[in-house]
Parts: sequence; C-alpha cells; structure tokens
Amino acid sequence: MALLEVTDLRTYFRTDDGIVKAVDGVSFSIEKGKTLGIVGESGSGKSVTCLTIMGLNSKRTTITSGEALWKGKNLLTMGAREFRDIRGSEIAMIFQDPMTSLNPVHKVGKQLTEAIQLHRDVTKSQARARALELLKAVGIPRPERRIDDYPHQFSGGMRQRVMIAMALVNNPDLLIADEPTTALDVTTQAQILTLMQKLQEEFGSAILVITHDLGVVAEVADEVVVMYAAQVVEKGPVERIFKRPHMPYTWGLLGSLPRLDSVVDRLVQIPGSPPSLLNPPRGCRFHPRCPYVMDVCKADDPALLPVFDDSDHFAACHLDHETKDREAAKLIAGMMAQAS
Amino acid sequence: MPFGRRDANGQPPLEIRDDELLVVDDLKKHFAVTRGIIFQKQIAAVKALDGVSFRVREGETLGVVGESGCGKSTMARCIMRLLEPTSGRVVFRGRDITKLSRADMRPIRREMMMIFQDPYASLNSRKRVGFIVAEALEVHRLGTEAEVKRRVQELLEVVGLNPEHYNRFPHEFSGGQRQRIGVARALAVNPKLIVCDEPVSALDVSVQAQILNLLKDLQEDFGLTYVFIAHDLNVVRHISDRVMVMYLGHAVELADRFTLYEAPKHPYTGALLSAVPIPDPTVGRNRKQIVLEGDVPNPINPPSGCWFHPRCPRFREGHCDVEEPPLYPFGDDHVAACHYPLERWPMSEEEMRMLPQSAVG
Ligand SMILES: Nc1ncnc2c1ncn2[C@@H]1O[C@H](COP(=O)(O)OP(=O)(O)O)[C@@H](O)[C@H]1O
Ligand SMILES: Nc1ncnc2c1ncn2[C@@H]1O[C@H](COP(=O)(O)OP(=O)(O)O)[C@@H](O)[C@H]1O
Ligand SMILES: [Mg+2]
Ligand SMILES: [Mg+2]
Repeated sequence: MALLEVTDLRTYFRTDDGIVKAVDGVSFSIEKGKTLGIVGESGSGKSVTCLTIMGLNSKRTTITSGEALWKGKNLLTMGAREFRDIRGSEIAMIFQDPMTSLNPVHKVGKQLTEAIQLHRDVTKSQARARALELLKAVGIPRPERRIDDYPHQFSGGMRQRVMIAMALVNNPDLLIADEPTTALDVTTQAQILTLMQKLQEEFGSAILVITHDLGVVAEVADEVVVMYAAQVVEKGPVERIFKRPHMPYTWGLLGSLPRLDSVVDRLVQIPGSPPSLLNPPRGCRFHPRCPYVMDVCKADDPALLPVFDDSDHFAACHLDHETKDREAAKLIAGMMAQAS
Repeated sequence: MPFGRRDANGQPPLEIRDDELLVVDDLKKHFAVTRGIIFQKQIAAVKALDGVSFRVREGETLGVVGESGCGKSTMARCIMRLLEPTSGRVVFRGRDITKLSRADMRPIRREMMMIFQDPYASLNSRKRVGFIVAEALEVHRLGTEAEVKRRVQELLEVVGLNPEHYNRFPHEFSGGQRQRIGVARALAVNPKLIVCDEPVSALDVSVQAQILNLLKDLQEDFGLTYVFIAHDLNVVRHISDRVMVMYLGHAVELADRFTLYEAPKHPYTGALLSAVPIPDPTVGRNRKQIVLEGDVPNPINPPSGCWFHPRCPRFREGHCDVEEPPLYPFGDDHVAACHYPLERWPMSEEEMRMLPQSAVG
C-alpha cells in the first residue's frame, strides 16, 4: 500500500467571478521513503493540491472531492482531531517563505521545544536538548549559540534550515515541501537540497516536493508529476519523464529551458499563456497552445493513460505512440547533439 | 604620469577602442550607514560595489551573474546614472558620463535604457499602455501626436503585443506581456544600449523562453548592445557572448561564455556552476559538487584579503586572507581574481580529495 494515495482530487473555489477549478481530477501516490516531484508553471494547481491534502483551505469557500488516503484512511473526510494528530506529527509541511511557519516574536528554541512537547511527553530540558540536536542536524553552525535567536536574526538559507528543523520535530513519515528553494540563491539551494536528501536517508521520510524548476526535479525526485491547468498531464519515474517524455507540454517545458549541458540558438517557445481556471478550454486544456493539435483534441479531454510498453509511465495526449516516440527522440537528440 | 595626460575630470585617460560602446572603470558605490535623526552621523559604509571594470563592445551581450546582494543592481543603476557612483568612471560611446550634468545627460539617456525585473512595479499601474510606451518618446520630444501613436503601435507589434491593446492598463496583461511592455518602452527611443536587470527572473520558464527569444531577435534587428544581469547561470550563458561573475561587489571572473562555463578559473565560479541543477537525472546526480559553506558575508564588514576566502575550499592561510588578488589574465580576454585558480574543470578526483571534506557533495 502506498503511503499516500491521491485519487481524482478536485478543489474548487467559489469566487466573485465564478468557480475557480484550481485542482481538477488529480491522482498520484507516494511510496514510503521516496521522493515525488510535482512540477508545473505558476497557477497550475500545485500548492492548492498540497493545501487540500493538508486540510488547509478555507472550508467556507472551498468545494473538495476525491480521496487522499493516508495509510489507508481518507484525510478529506477525517475528523478534525484525528487530522490534527496526523498533521504535524506524521505529515509536516515546509513553505517557500519560512516565516509562514515560524513565529517572528518567539525565539526559535522556544518554538522548537513547544512543537516537540506538543506531540511528545518530554520535559522541557529534554525538549531543548532535542531542539539542539535538530538544529545541528540541519546544519546550523554552533546551534547552542543560535537557539535563543529570533527568526529574523537568521539569513534566508539559515531560516529555511530552521523551518526544516521545525518540520522534522516528530520524524514525519511525509515531508511536503512547497517550492522550498525558490527564494534562495543557487549555492544555498544546493545546500538545502543536499540537506533534504541527507535527512531523508537518516529519517526515512518520504518527500513531496513542489517546484517549477525541472532541474530541481531531475536532481531529487524518484517519481514526477507534471501539472498543467489544474490537471496531471504526465507522470512516471524521473528518468522516463526526462528521457522519453510523451506529452507536448512536457516537450515544451524541456525545450524552453536554457541549460548548462547544451547550447541552442533559440529556445523552444510555447506560444500563448496558460488558460483561466474559471473557464478552461474544452477538450485537452493544452490544445490552444499545442503545435500538434488535431480535431479530437478540441473536443475530447484525453485520459491519463499508461504508455503502451511502460505501465509505470502515464500521459494524457491524443497523439499516437509512434509520433510521441519520434518527437520525444527528436527533442532529446537535439539537446544531446548540442551538448558537446 | 606626465603632466597633461589627464582628462577633464583630472583622471588619466582610458584607451578606448572604436568598437567599445561602454567602458566601466574601477566603479565604486558605497552607501553610507547613518545613525541619529537630527544629526546624522555616518557610522559605516556598505561597499555594495567596490571597484568593477569591464568593457562592452557594440552589438554584444555582456552577461553579469552573481548571488543576490552582490551589487548587480547597484552597478546597473550607476551605469545608468540613476545612482551617483562613489568613484570610478562610466564611459559611453567614448565620452565620460560620470560627471555630466542633468542637462548634458538628457540626450544620452535616450541612448541607454533599462529593463527591470518586476514588470508590474516598474509600470505605472494607472496609466494606459499606450501612454507608458509613449512616455519615453514624449520625454525626448520625438514627434507629433499622430506620429507618437503610430510609433507606439509599431513598437507593441515588434514586441509581440496586439497594437489594438494600446488603451489597456498594465493589470490587464499577464506577467510575460507586462515584460514585453517594458521592452517596448525601452525600445521606444532607439537606444544603443539596454541594461537588463533580471528581466526574466520572475517569469515562468515558458514565458522566460518567449522573452529571451524576443531579446535575441531585437538585438539582431536593431543592432542592440545588452548588459544582461541575472542570477540564473543557464539564462546568462544562453543570452551572453561574454560573462562576468560578481561576488560581494567585485568582479571575480570574466570570460567568453564557453571558456567561463567550460574552463572556469575562480573557485567561486566553479561552486556556482556545480550548484546549478541539471535537468537530466543521469548527469545531475552523478557529478561531484563543490559545496560552499555558510553565507555571503556582510559588505559593511568585508573579509580581509580575498573577499571570498572565508568560504573558499582552496583557501591558503597567510596568503588569501592577507593579499587581495588582482584580476590575473588567463589567455585571451579571460581574467580571474584568484591566487590559486582551478587547474582544470571539472576538478580531478585527486583535487576533489584535497578539498576539505565538507566542501564536496
Ligand atoms: N483561495 C483561493 N481562491 C480562489 N482561487 C484560488 C485560491 N487559491 C488559489 N487559487 C487559484 O488556483 C489556481 C492554482 O493555484 P496554485 O495551486 O497556488 O498554483 P501553483 O502553486 O501551481 O502556482 C490559481 O489560478 C490560483 O489563482
Ligand atoms: N540604498 C541602499 N542603501 C544601503 N545599502 C544598499 C542600498 N542599495 C543596496 N544596498 C546594499 O548593497 C548591496 C548590493 O545590493 P544590490 O545591488 O541590490 O545587489 P543585487 O542586485 O546583486 O542583488 C546589498 O548588500 C544591499 O543590501
Ligand atoms: Mg505555488
Ligand atoms: Mg538586483
């Protein structure tokens, strides 16, 4: 059984302009100790997917359906108290902006020890010792001198580490990280990604990492979900997505990326911009921007189906397999040819 | 220096080649840190930019990379004279513009324009797009009303916007479209030089690709010269002919884009390169990285000697922390400020083993 199994998740927001279908039929699963990367451009529904799983949307304006099975139990229908016990102990979340989970008016040591005592029966001094251990584990130099500092006294990268320490307080089985390195410089990003992988080995947590950066996904994910306009358009093991992508939007994403390992004169350009989620296009949501569009694409929404010879790899596209294989091979070969 | 060999500002003249559009010489900008409300007393200086020199040839793109806070925007603003440099020179088309008066600057402002990172913040949200683009023309009084309108519509078309959208407000456009408006406005006066300060950093990859392609096309069509600032090394390599790497207000390395990325000499360049995630799961995971420890120091209180030494994996005590390295030449047009430059790239297994354990990832 998967640790987390999300099936046909839908999150609709009632707004003054109408219903925003922010997540519209999303399915994926995460295995114990593995890393799943959700990648997509801004507004594609990545954050709302996670907030829904964590039960963090406002009840009043949100319509949710589908299933999110956590160790077999549906988080979406679970009682508030049971959910609260799982959240923060079994599932923890970190955000792009560390200040969303840190309180600016309290010292980090105090916040850590309180979080530890919330879920465990330990004395204050035991909790403090554990807090020091965690700060050390996330690579804060001389933690005994930093534990009584306030969040604003830490640099961006160090604050991100403090937040990770906060998330690790109860050895969660799943760490959800929403754009954890987007606000950081590359060298700091590399430090944080390395840290997350090291901690995963040590604590055995599964990680769900959300990012718009295909490079980050390629570095850390075992499995990849590509989202476009509130839906999953492709998913599968990381090397399959990067070596044999089967969906024109994924080709566009890969081709539009300037990269260190190849030189191209012009980048692949996906024309236009993503659709409004108030009123998404009929048929395949990508069809107005797709260079391969056919009549069927305008009428029928393609199902997310396994690639014919690869049952772990799914794509939602009406193109036939031969065309998809040929175009994928062309794209990859193009990038490789220019690599030297 | 023989008497008389000084320019109008009392500085020794620079030798400038005909094809050099922009020459920046030992440019410094120190911000005063003051204390007190009535009697402000300077208690320290932020050395945001501390002696940067480079030359940009007509029609080329000089890329500038470095992590946040290393002085990229400060440098851009000093070049544009939006900030007064503390010292140093900016020579544009052979003329030292560092000390020019407002009036003398006016005709030059038309020849150098700037594009900013945040297209929204840099556009007046209460003005219509037509006005925003025309403003540059009006400021420089270029044409009658009808001519201005025609020119603006032409510009909107050039940057890939619908000329019919002349009367819309900025908020009616997406982020990518707003950046196109910023580009149209910069192009309005037929500038020679455009200083782009992180123009694609806030955009999604597919939109980023659209804008990068647009900037390349415009360069070809109008013979533009760019100083292109970004923190994304992939983007900078894609768009630039030559690349300058900055660290804490200093240029630490400058070379053509192939040399810089394939044979970097400065360990900081190496660390930056090895930190960039590679969108290929087989390549990215198997390479060895140089991992930098700690954070960029504060430019109020910079380290002694080489400013990079506290984080440098190749640091040698008694040398790097004492003597500031000059920009040493390494072959044609390649300079790097390091006493112990990288011998090869990627580093050999042997060299990796010599690094402190904490620096290898
Ligand atoms: N509370 C909300 N009310 C209405 N619309 C929302 C709300 N939260 C998010 N959205 C919309 O849902 C879509 C998906 O948002 P999000 O999941 O944040 O995207 P991503 O994280 O992929 O950038 C966007 O169009 C966003 O504007
Ligand atoms: N007006 C100012 N007053 C004081 N310090 C400043 C000012 N503007 C920038 N700085 C400082 O100068 C340094 C360089 O900033 P900046 O040029 O914006 O860097 P970058 O664009 O590379 O991120 C930073 O340490 C910044 O805090
Ligand atoms: Mg998001
Ligand atoms: Mg800047």
